[in-house]
Amino acid sequence: MMALSIALAALQVVMVLLGAPLVIGAMRQVRARLEGRRGGGLGQPWRDLRKLFRKQQVTPEGTTVVFRAAPFVMLGSTLLIAAIIPVVSLGSPLDSSGDFVAVVGLLFLGTVALALAALDTGTAFGGMGSSRQMTVVALVEPTILLVLFTLSLRVHSANLAAIATGTLANPAQAFSLGRVLAFASLVIAIIAETGRLPVDNPATHLELTMIHEAMTLEYAGPRLGLVEWASGMRLTVLLVLLANLFFPWGLAPGEPGAIQVLIAVAAIVAKVAVLAMALSVGETFLAKLRLFRVPELLAGSFLLGILAVTASSFLPSAGR
Amino acid sequence: MKRNHTGAPVASGTATATLGVLGVVVGLRAVFGAPLRASIGWLVPFAGLRVDVDPLGGAFMALTGAVAAAVGVFAIGYARRERWARFPLVALPIFVLTLLVVPAAGSVTTFLFAWEAMALTSLALVLTEHHRAEVRSAGLFYAVLTQIGFVAILVALATLSSAAGSGTLAGIRAAAGDLSPALRSGVFLLTILGFGSKAGLLPLHAWLPRAHPEAPSPVSALMSAAMVNLGIYGIVRIDVQILGGGPRWWGTTLMVVGAASAVFGVLQASVSADLKRLLAYSTTENMGLIGMAIGASMLLGASGLASVAAIALAAALVHLVAHAAFKALGFLAAGSVLAGTGVRDLDRLGGLARRMPYTTTLFGIAALGATGLPLGAGFVGEWLLLQSLIHTPQGDNTLLSLVMPLSIGALALTTGLGIVAMVKAFGIGFLARPRSEGAESAREASPTMLVGMALAAAGCVVVAVAPVALGPVLTRVATTLPSVGDGHGPKLGAMLRLPGAAGSVSPVVLAAALAVSAALVLLLARWGVRARPAAVVRPLWAGGGPALTPRMQYTATSFAEPLQRVFDDVLRPDTDVAVTHVAESRYLIEKITFRTAQADAVEEHLYWPVVRGVAAAARGVRRAHTGSIHLYLLFGAVGLLVAIVVGR
Repeated sequence: MMALSIALAALQVVMVLLGAPLVIGAMRQVRARLEGRRGGGLGQPWRDLRKLFRKQQVTPEGTTVVFRAAPFVMLGSTLLIAAIIPVVSLGSPLDSSGDFVAVVGLLFLGTVALALAALDTGTAFGGMGSSRQMTVVALVEPTILLVLFTLSLRVHSANLAAIATGTLANPAQAFSLGRVLAFASLVIAIIAETGRLPVDNPATHLELTMIHEAMTLEYAGPRLGLVEWASGMRLTVLLVLLANLFFPWGLAPGEPGAIQVLIAVAAIVAKVAVLAMALSVGETFLAKLRLFRVPELLAGSFLLGILAVTASSFLPSAGR
Repeated sequence: MKRNHTGAPVASGTATATLGVLGVVVGLRAVFGAPLRASIGWLVPFAGLRVDVDPLGGAFMALTGAVAAAVGVFAIGYARRERWARFPLVALPIFVLTLLVVPAAGSVTTFLFAWEAMALTSLALVLTEHHRAEVRSAGLFYAVLTQIGFVAILVALATLSSAAGSGTLAGIRAAAGDLSPALRSGVFLLTILGFGSKAGLLPLHAWLPRAHPEAPSPVSALMSAAMVNLGIYGIVRIDVQILGGGPRWWGTTLMVVGAASAVFGVLQASVSADLKRLLAYSTTENMGLIGMAIGASMLLGASGLASVAAIALAAALVHLVAHAAFKALGFLAAGSVLAGTGVRDLDRLGGLARRMPYTTTLFGIAALGATGLPLGAGFVGEWLLLQSLIHTPQGDNTLLSLVMPLSIGALALTTGLGIVAMVKAFGIGFLARPRSEGAESAREASPTMLVGMALAAAGCVVVAVAPVALGPVLTRVATTLPSVGDGHGPKLGAMLRLPGAAGSVSPVVLAAALAVSAALVLLLARWGVRARPAAVVRPLWAGGGPALTPRMQYTATSFAEPLQRVFDDVLRPDTDVAVTHVAESRYLIEKITFRTAQADAVEEHLYWPVVRGVAAAARGVRRAHTGSIHLYLLFGAVGLLVAIVVGR
């Protein structure tokens, strides 16, 4: 059965790898249509990637190995997360080796790598993006950890399969007060961490406002392709986590049959599509926040997280 | 400074390292073999020197010894490069000796004697560069706070010893159960204050960010990676082992103190622009986390949850080892930077990755350890602490339901800010381009310094990837502690498992899997490689100007500015901007002066009122000093009379 679970983990990795540009494409397309534009189509991010990977490799003068390695760390850690978390199946061979804490840690390992690469360039923009990103991280990381605790408290385990199984076994629990609060605060954290509106605008190059784009400014060609790909994948795995931790229905069990796998694949595609669409529609109606208002939003989500943990710690019967 | 005698640094460093290795050997023998007991009557007046090393003391001895071994090797090269005078060369091994005797002490008198000897030698070492005013001020802070702590410990242990009717720690432990609850609680509070001041916990932490930066770096490493541990040792020995835990408010108090220290320490670290000060505040942060873990263990133990209490205690001990490894490495690397550039101000560093590649890599390992991210040394301890907080049953216990979520919040905030602090230290200090001439002309550390740092780095890697090595020691230590001694602590195998609770993680597998997936990305990156023109290196875009200058870069201060804005109310930065306009027009600016200083809010609102009060009282007393000898004779006579009447 080990071979099957490894094959499923590989399927998860391939799905995230191939699906991430499509998620980005879908979000852009929805937004374009809502704004009355035609849009580049679902496959545009894939075409962009192909273009970038054929371009010349340009290394800025004076940068070190940190700059060159960051895209690999970012993409590598995200691939590993895709293998650990329950995308399709609950029986990942790595589930017992990496729990939610490790997954969050791996995610921020990628963030830290990019922030260091931005500092490594020694430009004003790099420092600016890095400084802003780390300010966001300082508040987002705690929020995600608090959500993790809310989910783990009842099943007494931070391993992701256990959390999802716990919800499957006890569906009424899914809508307890603590979990609703945790859901809201995780949504805000994901928006901030992946640099979406209203925290950061992925479609701008205005130095007064940009965070993520400022960090990637010195990347070009294949390395930029890796960074963009990794960013898309980070958004995708976070949406998958949001979907499968709060609404785990459709996930294939540890040793599934072919039909169960097909259902699980269809379910996760549908769930991520709905979430991405919702995010995109929401973005259309939002303007970017002033940079120094962002911490207020994040502090709000941190407080929501604390309330969520306290609620599920104090009201154990609410969801039973 | 004295002339450069080459033999002396070698002798001093070798002696320090040999003592360290001896400490490791003796410590491990005591952990796994029979307890070592010895008594030397003539060595200390009246009471004699009494040594009794059990597994708990042995583990601390081994840890101290390991740190000392790395520091000793490093000190050979460092002392030579910095041209140490004879005094610090002699004092360094003595300091290590006192550090090793404290956990070995078997009686109250030996313990207090060693403790005070340790405080005095370290104070003398802090004052090595006493010609600088900052060093003298740091020494004063250290002397006052460490003596306040010593008085608290002295009173606590003397009370305990006289109430138990025994001078040995084992004797006190046997009688501790029969003591009155009020006395036990009094001893608990005094030890938290006294040992907490040595561990750098709030509120007596202020010596740490002053003394650690001003001491020579090998001494900072010993203080921050070995001496502060002994504060934790005191708390574990007296409160957990001898008193055997207490009512639930004990654990809660320790958790509150720990959480406050952790959050305050990491906030100060994230806005600090001095590399060694940043590391020192990070020590307060990590000792806070360890205090929190011990507090959680006491609280859980008092609530009858022994197996979860064992997880929390294991978290404290593992994090202690991890902290010792990455903080020793951090301070040694900071010392290597200081020796190579003469600068420790992050705003003036930068570009070291090219000039000091080994030091940069080694500091990177230390910084990764301090962030608590996976593959770093700090991950395992923080993971265990998180698990112990998760596995607390909810609902049936209001205190636990309230304390645990709030601690989780504090812990989460600490890890988030910890990442920022370390990204700043590494990214601003070592990457990018040099911001001063010192950084530009940096020299790589000498071979012995590199070997010393590599030893500490090896410790970091072991804790990060193979915590299995700590398992046997941890099990033996747990047997000496009453609340968790049933052997159902967490299993630190290749897979970290928690008996009686679901949840596991495997740092080894994660590291291997990350290597595999990075290799996979290397393959991915070859997509389109045939269509690519040859790779080139080009100058960076200078924003339209002629060329990029180092002054265009972000500095440590500017990096932390947004964070400082967010936490304005806690940090209360002292910022001053003065704009001078050109005389003819107020629209043109001639110059802008900007000055900012980081003050310690606790210091300002707790210490200075006390100091001012004492000073006012002294001024009042001075009024009685008129200079008339008759008046002084009268004072003497009245004083004697009062003494006779009162003492009758």
